[in-house]
Amino acid sequence: MPIKTVIEALREALFEEMQRDERVVLLGEDIGLHGGVFRATEGLFQAFGEHRVIDTPLAESGIVGVAIGAAINGLRPVAEIQFADYIYSAMDQIVNEAAKLRYRSNGTWGCPLVIRAPWGAGVHGGLYHSQSIEAFFAHVAGLKVVAPVTPYDVKGLLKASIRDEDPVIFLEHKKTYRLIKGEVPEGDYIVPIGKAEVKREGSDLTVIAYGLMLHYSLEAAEKVAKEGIDVEVVDLRTILPLDKKTILASVRKTGKVLIVHEDNKTGGFGGELAGLITEEAFEDLDGPIMRLAVPDVPMMPFNAVLEDFLMLNPEKIVAAIRQLAAY
Amino acid sequence: MISKQGTLTAKQEEGRHVALGLSVKDLLEMYDKMLLARALDERMWLLNRQGKANFVVSGQGHEAAQVGSAYALKRGVDFVLTYYRDHAVALTVGISARDVMLSTLAKANDPSSAGRQFPAHYSFPPLRIVSVSSAVATQIPHASGIALASKLKGEEAVTIVYFGDGATSKGDFHEGLNFAGVHKLPVVFFCENNLYAISVPLSKQMAIQDVAERAKAYGFPGVVVDGNDVLAVYEVTKEALDRARSGGGPTLIDAKTYRFLPHTSEDDDRRYRSREEVEEWKKRDPIERFRRDLLQAGILTEALDQEARKRTAAEAEDAVEFGQKSPDPDPKDALRYVYFEG
Ligand SMILES: Cc1ncc(C[n+]2csc(CCOP(=O)(O)OP(=O)(O)O)c2C)c(N)n1
Repeated sequence: MPIKTVIEALREALFEEMQRDERVVLLGEDIGLHGGVFRATEGLFQAFGEHRVIDTPLAESGIVGVAIGAAINGLRPVAEIQFADYIYSAMDQIVNEAAKLRYRSNGTWGCPLVIRAPWGAGVHGGLYHSQSIEAFFAHVAGLKVVAPVTPYDVKGLLKASIRDEDPVIFLEHKKTYRLIKGEVPEGDYIVPIGKAEVKREGSDLTVIAYGLMLHYSLEAAEKVAKEGIDVEVVDLRTILPLDKKTILASVRKTGKVLIVHEDNKTGGFGGELAGLITEEAFEDLDGPIMRLAVPDVPMMPFNAVLEDFLMLNPEKIVAAIRQLAAY
Repeated sequence: MISKQGTLTAKQEEGRHVALGLSVKDLLEMYDKMLLARALDERMWLLNRQGKANFVVSGQGHEAAQVGSAYALKRGVDFVLTYYRDHAVALTVGISARDVMLSTLAKANDPSSAGRQFPAHYSFPPLRIVSVSSAVATQIPHASGIALASKLKGEEAVTIVYFGDGATSKGDFHEGLNFAGVHKLPVVFFCENNLYAISVPLSKQMAIQDVAERAKAYGFPGVVVDGNDVLAVYEVTKEALDRARSGGGPTLIDAKTYRFLPHTSEDDDRRYRSREEVEEWKKRDPIERFRRDLLQAGILTEALDQEARKRTAAEAEDAVEFGQKSPDPDPKDALRYVYFEG
């Protein structure tokens, strides 16, 4: 099977979906001739033309608002927010419009729309190219939120998102774009929305992660394996709707849970996971649910020393695992 | 900027509709829709004051702007995005009086939302009336997106989107119009400029006289029209739709009008508008004006007028009755259609 990077898998998914379905159009800043600031849309302008790969004015609310309209009138728009940190000006369009269109019309209108957004820290992106935004959107009924981070999952979930009838926030961890490589089969396949995956089986404790933290957690798991701690790692892949079955099955198996995310701790998605596990698997726990997250400060200061201090890494995860395993 | 002002004498009136391609039947139908909208509107307020409707929004005073513009649409072909004051737009496009009352009373069989939305948030896919929220101006970029899709698909549909003067201060207005201008999209932006956004007067909303002036910044025509002159509104809207349909791009229409009643059933407009001002505008009631013109032109007679008023009043009564005896939704329906259900 060919080995691809995350960004290659992403581009392949866009290309194949545009070829498969002429209703698929892309909208965003610099996505045309330029190919996007991360080159996610490279070559697509040349392949499909300016009418399907649309360079928009610099206006995030407008990008999403126009994409909603295009979806209403039968297209399958994929909107790119150049950096997730700039999605807030489109918040109203996402929360009040895209997410509520089906509900408010009693199912008679729909909004099949994908909003792609590069997120996450660890790339010296400073305060405005590093943020984690998933918790804001995970709170919104009517949206789906996915955050795949292996080339296989990225391609399969992007295809599933484009084919979905509802609005999907598609989060791409920017540090994984070129860092993470993996096998991607030739040809068409999808990874269904709403399915987590056990990326490493283990019996002593469960780490639940997504985004770059999935890869760091896998690294940490290998390290502690040498000490005899057998860690199971669950990759959420989809944040909303949550795959409760896979999460609870793993918790029941190991009895201990560490939740790792690079978002701030307070109000981060880890709280929701902890709530779910407490409610539905309390009897199976034999230790406190632990959360490892970035302290509650704006993410991320530009200076590397400051960023490294705040950012999670495999070592910090190893330390948390040891602490929980000893409980 | 182009200015359209209707001047009316019996003879001109007769000539005017002919020049606009409207038949006598069309004129009477427009008059009918205006009367029906007013009759329903009056009953909504009664229902509210009787405690039978929780909340109502009024379009009284806006009937010429709404009917004149909507009558120029290709119904079922053109996309329509209304805002919360647009009962008469909905009626003209084809929503029934009964459906208006079902929306007012939030009943299970309300086709717009089955009782989920506030009143007057009309939605009906078969007529291409697109669901809108209560958030002011958010529907404007949707209109540009719908028009973008029409252009890409090569379909003849034009999209019209309605909003108030206050909405033109929002970023959505700018972002929607700018996008439409760049791509020369088949869309008409229709502002029902009633001089207030709740209590905030136009002078505190913008530093210019006419909303239409804003079109210059987007590279397409802005048109001022007397929004209480139904035929003038029809004329400018028809021109804008024709231009859009033939690839000429968007138009911004600034229809000057006035709302006769408080902002909503929850508002007390005595706090910010003098009774004299309101009375002055009521003398320019668009329905009375059209009636006079039609009478003068010999198109309407007193007898015909009485008959039309009786008929529309009866239709409104029937709608109220029908609405009141319609069932509420099943409580469990509150959980449905968050996501696609197949
Ligand atoms: C974004 C937003 N802000 C505030 C409100 C509350 N609100 C509802 S209508 C309105 C005034 C709108 O005025 P205008 O656009 O001129 O339309 P009009 O009601 O005068 O027809 C306000 C402030 C809202 N619905 N949406």
